[in-house]
Amino acid sequence: MAATILLIVISAVFSQNFILVKFLGICPFLGVSKKVNSALSMGIAVTLVMILATLVTYPLYTYIMVPLGIEYLEIIFFIFVIAALVQMLEKIIEKLSPALYRSMGIYLPLITTNCAILGVAELLLVNDLSQVVAGAAEGISMNLGFALLYALFAGVGFTVAMVLMGGVREKLEKLPVAKCMKGFPITMVAASFMAMAFYVFALL
Amino acid sequence: MNASMKKYGKIAYDGLITNNATFKLVLGTCATLGMSTSAVNSFGMGLSVTVVLLLSNVIISLLRKAIPNAVRIPAFVVIIATMVTLLRMVLEKYIPDLYDAMGVFLPLIVVNCVILGRAEAFASKQPVLDSAVDGIFTGLGLTCALTLIGIIREFLGSGSFFGMQVMDFKIGFFTNAAGAFFVYGICIALFVFFTDRVDRAKRVKKAQLLRVPAQPLPAVEEEEVN
Repeated sequence: MAATILLIVISAVFSQNFILVKFLGICPFLGVSKKVNSALSMGIAVTLVMILATLVTYPLYTYIMVPLGIEYLEIIFFIFVIAALVQMLEKIIEKLSPALYRSMGIYLPLITTNCAILGVAELLLVNDLSQVVAGAAEGISMNLGFALLYALFAGVGFTVAMVLMGGVREKLEKLPVAKCMKGFPITMVAASFMAMAFYVFALL
Repeated sequence: MNASMKKYGKIAYDGLITNNATFKLVLGTCATLGMSTSAVNSFGMGLSVTVVLLLSNVIISLLRKAIPNAVRIPAFVVIIATMVTLLRMVLEKYIPDLYDAMGVFLPLIVVNCVILGRAEAFASKQPVLDSAVDGIFTGLGLTCALTLIGIIREFLGSGSFFGMQVMDFKIGFFTNAAGAFFVYGICIALFVFFTDRVDRAKRVKKAQLLRVPAQPLPAVEEEEVN
C-alpha cells in the first residue's frame, strides 16, 4: 500500500510530469511563467481546481454516468463541471480573501481552458491503476482515493515545472538572444532541456 | 466577384501565414507537442482539429445573433464539445488506429485554444461563408505546421517518412518529450525569421515605388496566451 502511494507520488510529480512529459497545460506554462511568483500562483490555482474537478467528475462518471449508460456525454459533462467549479471558486476566493483574489484571481478564468484539468479528469477514467501510473503492479483497481492522490500530485508536478520555468525565464530575459529566437522559441528550447532532466526519472 | 475573391484570399492568407495558429500565435500547443511523434498522427490530429474548427465556426456563425453576449463563452464551449463528441464517435468506428493513437488528446480538442479563439475572434462576428473559409484555412495552416513538425521528428527520431523506413538511423532524443519542445521551438524561430524577411522585402519594394525611405520594422509583439 505504502509502496503504491509512493509510486503514484513519484510518477505524478516526476516521471509522468504533466507539462514536461505528458504535454498537458502547455499554454499556462508558456504564458504565465515569466516570473516565479505568478508561476507559483498559477500552479497553486491549477492544483486546487484539479483536486476539486476530480472530486466531482470521478464519482459523477463512475456512479451516475456508467450505470445510466451515458458515457459518451463525458466530454460535455466534464467541461461543464470544470467551468462551473472555476466560476464558483473565483467567487468564493473573492469573498473570503480579497488579497488572495488579487494575486490569483486573474489566473482562475484561464484555468477552464487548461488541458491539464480536463486531461486529469479523462486520464483517471480507467479500471486499473497501472494504466495511469507506469510501473504500478497490475490488479490494483482504481478508486476515488487513488484518483484524488494522483490529481493532487499531478498538480504539484505542474507547479514544480511552472516554478522552475519561471526561474529560468527570469534569467533568460537578461540574455542577448537572436531576434528570431526571442520569446517562444528560446522558451521552448529551455523547456526541452528541462524535459531531458525529467526524462531521466522515467528511466529509473 | 473580384472583390469577394480578394476578401476570401485575404482570410485564407491570414489563416495560413499571417496568423498561423501553430507558428505565429502559438496556440493549441499541447496537441502539437503531444501528437507530433509521427507524421501520420500529426496529420490526423491536424485534420481532426480542422473538422471541428469548420463545424463549430459555421454553427457559431449561424447562431451569432441568437446567443446572448453574457453567456457566449459557455455556449461556444458546449457547441465545440458536441462537435468533439461526434468526431470521437466517428473516429472510434471508422479509424480506430487514429482513435487509439490520439488517446487523451482527442477529448482535449475541446480546450484547444485555437478553436475557442476563432469562435470568439471571428465566427461570432462574421457571416457564415466567411467563417467557414476562416475555419478551413486556419485548420489547414495548423495541419501543415503539425505535419511538418511530425515529419521532422519522425525522420530524425526513427529514420522513416510517413511510416516508410528510408534511412537506417535513430536519434531517440527526437521521439521523446525533449525533442518535441526543441523541434517546435526551432520551427517557430525559422518561421518568424522567414516571414520577417518576406515582410521586409515587401516593405522595401513598396517604399521604393513610393520613393520614400523604408520604415524600420516594428518589434514583433509577443502575444500572451492562456
